[in-house]
Amino acid sequence: MTLRESRRRYALVLLLASVAAAAWLLPYAWMVVTSFKTLPEIVADPTAPLPKQLDAGAYREVFATIPVARYMGVTVFMAVTIAAAQIALALPAGYALAKLRFVGRGFAFGVVLACLLVPAQATFVPVFLLFAKVRLVDTMTALVVPFAASALGTFLVRQALLGVPDEIIEAARMDGAGEWTIVYRILAPMLMPTLVSLFLVSFVFHYNDYFWPLVMTTDERVRTLPLGVALLREQGTGVRWHIVMAGNVVLSLPVLALFALAQKHLVRAVSPRT
Amino acid sequence: MRPRTGWHPWAMLAPTLALLVVFFILPIGVAAYESLFSWDLLTPARFVGAANYAALAAHGELLRIALRTLGYSTIVVVGTMTLGLGLALLLDRPGRLFAFVRASVFSAYVVSWVAVALLWMWMLDGNGGVVGRLLRALGAGQVALLGDPRWALPALAVVGVWKLTGYAMIIFLAGLRSVPPSLLEAAALDGAGAWARLRHVTMPLLAPTAAFVATTSLVTSFQAFDVVRIMTQGGPARATELFVYAIYEQIFLDLSVGKASALTVVFFVLLLAVAGLQLRVWRSRAEGSR
Repeated sequence: MTLRESRRRYALVLLLASVAAAAWLLPYAWMVVTSFKTLPEIVADPTAPLPKQLDAGAYREVFATIPVARYMGVTVFMAVTIAAAQIALALPAGYALAKLRFVGRGFAFGVVLACLLVPAQATFVPVFLLFAKVRLVDTMTALVVPFAASALGTFLVRQALLGVPDEIIEAARMDGAGEWTIVYRILAPMLMPTLVSLFLVSFVFHYNDYFWPLVMTTDERVRTLPLGVALLREQGTGVRWHIVMAGNVVLSLPVLALFALAQKHLVRAVSPRT
Repeated sequence: MRPRTGWHPWAMLAPTLALLVVFFILPIGVAAYESLFSWDLLTPARFVGAANYAALAAHGELLRIALRTLGYSTIVVVGTMTLGLGLALLLDRPGRLFAFVRASVFSAYVVSWVAVALLWMWMLDGNGGVVGRLLRALGAGQVALLGDPRWALPALAVVGVWKLTGYAMIIFLAGLRSVPPSLLEAAALDGAGAWARLRHVTMPLLAPTAAFVATTSLVTSFQAFDVVRIMTQGGPARATELFVYAIYEQIFLDLSVGKASALTVVFFVLLLAVAGLQLRVWRSRAEGSR
């Protein structure tokens, strides 16, 4: 803001900003503090602001109760596969919708737009029945394939390609480049910022996702980390919050680290492009 | 541009269209079909016509679920928009300090619902939760918000507000960037104070942004499930049974495929009404920016 603010008003702004920071950071702090406490401490004085000493017992308990490494592996593999597939498929589809003239393009674009309006929460019952029929419940297929194509990703790639001049594609065709080469070798690098944002947002969404893995898995084989951490609480006896919070830290740390490193990309992916 | 051959566009679209149709379009039709049968996943399905819908509508259960979901969404949308706009106006200032506070607020949007729900469950715990202790210190007596049918739903909504305010703030910040500083300066020269500039210059220019935030948050909060499943399992006394959780209960706890499908159809129709509104807002935004 170029308009000058009075000192008094700026002091008020600082005060309110600190209140906001406290409202969003203190809960995280509380999660970390609790995770380093012991059970007797939590029972005796649950709101003590600091643990008597840093006790990693809750973390040992987390790793002993759930196979953290395996769940993390399954989760990351699933999220990376989905994000990569979405980009690989959205590029040619977005290219066809943005740059090629053909009969049925309006219809195809309509299908993509329609799917923007349908969340997984409205499809899981029939999709579960479908996977149950072909015996694919509890498989990586059931976790990945329904999200391999992204309506939003296709839409955003199309929008980004509308801004790329046709001359670039014509020149590439003159040089003898095939259509797939144009899409993956020439246009993809030009769309890098869009693609990076898409990949990160998709990765974070599916890494965090609780709903789909919950309804598509019934046993251990392809359980993801959010399910495992939620189970810590269900198996607990009610007051073992230090263990639940330790699980929470393990679950959130990778995403918060990614956020710290790539904040710009994640914010850009969320903000509307105008 | 002209495609190189007639089949090129379709080859490029085929994987995307096939997956979208199979997993997002056809399921709605399948749900509508299944909703006409009574089926428990084990014994053969039996055609019952509209009986599933009638059973859900009887005793006002369906209406209660819809109103409950709407109540939750209303608190979340109003809460995130108010706080999001306030924070955007407060934090739209240069400097590392404000960037840090912006990132702190937005971080909750990036963290898993599971982590957020479990964290708040612990903070709201009737015995050892910090919020519970705070309320007791303020003289509210022993309160377990999540165990009280009157307070459980608002408590979940507050968690939703905490999680989603960062989203609203980011969109409002982007909206603020498009308010021309020259307009604000001109208004100041004309003697408009900070409040008058906000009311007569900034707010009107933010109206399309606000409409966008309102519709997207409404759709998001309408789909709430994780907070319910983790924090209350629909209880106490069904006070937090939201739409998606009700569908989940029907199919996985009561093994009633027909009723779950009927609920899915109703949910989809409601969502379509909201999302139709959303698409109109998006279209008008896209046209306005050209």
